[in-house]
Amino acid sequence: MINNNGISVGIGDFKVCRVPETLVTYALGSCVGICLLDSTAGVAGLSHIMLPDSTAGSSGAASPMKFADSALPMMIKQMEMMGASRARMKAKIAGGATMFLVANDKFNIGERNVAAVKRVLMENRIPIIAEDTGLNYGRTQMFYTDTGVMEIRSATKGVRTF
Amino acid sequence: MLKSYEELSPIAIDCLKEIGNIGSSYAASSMSTMLSKSVEMHVPEVRLMDFQSVIDEMGGPEKVIAGILVDLSGDIEGMIMFLLEESFTKIVLDTLMGRQHINLTELDEADISAIIEMGNIMAGSYIGAISSLSGLSVKMAVPSMTVDMMGAVMDLPIIEFSKVGDKVLFIDDGFIIDNIDIKSNIILVPTVESLDILMKKLGVSDD
Repeated sequence: MINNNGISVGIGDFKVCRVPETLVTYALGSCVGICLLDSTAGVAGLSHIMLPDSTAGSSGAASPMKFADSALPMMIKQMEMMGASRARMKAKIAGGATMFLVANDKFNIGERNVAAVKRVLMENRIPIIAEDTGLNYGRTQMFYTDTGVMEIRSATKGVRTF
Repeated sequence: MLKSYEELSPIAIDCLKEIGNIGSSYAASSMSTMLSKSVEMHVPEVRLMDFQSVIDEMGGPEKVIAGILVDLSGDIEGMIMFLLEESFTKIVLDTLMGRQHINLTELDEADISAIIEMGNIMAGSYIGAISSLSGLSVKMAVPSMTVDMMGAVMDLPIIEFSKVGDKVLFIDDGFIIDNIDIKSNIILVPTVESLDILMKKLGVSDD
C-alpha cells in the first residue's frame, strides 16, 4: 500500500524500497520497528517484528517476518539483492514499550524484542545509530530514506526526530 | 486437539458466541448496578476476525482508545481485553466521578481506578459466563489499563494470538445507557490449549 504518507509496513511484515521513498509503520507497542539504510546504494528497509525468536514455542506455522531472528536476515538479503551492502547499512530502531504494567513475565515482551533486535544487528555488524525504545507508550515510526531521518509520533508525547 | 482458531467448527463458534451473549447480558446488569442507571444492550456480535480487520474496523491503528487487560489463569489461561471508546469512558466518569468533558489523554489516578473497576466488573461478567456454562474455574488477575494508539494497545493480544493464528475472538457490544448508544469491544484470548479444554467441557469438540 502506497499513500501520501509513504509505504506502509504492517505488523509482522517488512518492506524494502529505494531512496527517496518513505516507509512507515503504525502504532508500535511492544513490537519493534527497525529501519535499515545503505545511503550509498540508496536502498532502505523497515521491519515491524512482534516476537524475538522464531525457534521458541509452537511457532511452526507462523510467518518468519514476525520474528526478529528470522525477519532481519531476510530483509538484509532482500536489500542486498537490490544492490545494498551489509557493511554500509546503518540501523535506527523504535518501539519495545511495556504497554501494561502487570507482574507477569509474558507481558515484558517489549524488552525481549529490543534485546533480540540488538543481538541480530550485532551479529550482522550493523551499527544502531539512533534508538527510541522502552517506556510505556505506543509509537508510529516514519523513515525518510532520502535524509535517513526517523520520525516518531505518539499519542501523548508529540513528534520527535532521530 | 485444536491447533489453531481456524480449526474451530461452526458449532464451536456458535458456542463462543453464546458465551459472548451471556457475558454481555451479565455485563449490562453489573453496569446498571454500578452506575445506578438503566442499561440496555443490543445483541452482541461475536466474530472470529483477523486482527488487522479489527483495527481497521475500529478506526485505524492510531486512534486513541482505552484498553483494559486482564490476565486469566486456572483452568483457562490467556487474557481478556476491553477496548473502550471515549464515549464509554465519559459516561463512566461522569456518573461515578462527576467528571465531565474529559479527554482520554487527561485522566488522573482516580479516573483510571474508576475505569479499571468497570473493566474488572465486565471481565468478571464474561468469565462468569464461561464458568457457569462450562463448570471451569478461571482466575482473573488485577486489571491494568492504558490509553494509547489502538495498534499499540492491542499488540499484546495480537502477539499472543500470532502464536496460533491470525484471528481473534472479537465481541462487539452495544449498550444503551441513558438513551446514549455506547460501544465496547472485547477481545478474548484463551490459549489454544485452553480453548480446546473449554470446547471439550462444552461438548463441542470433534474428538
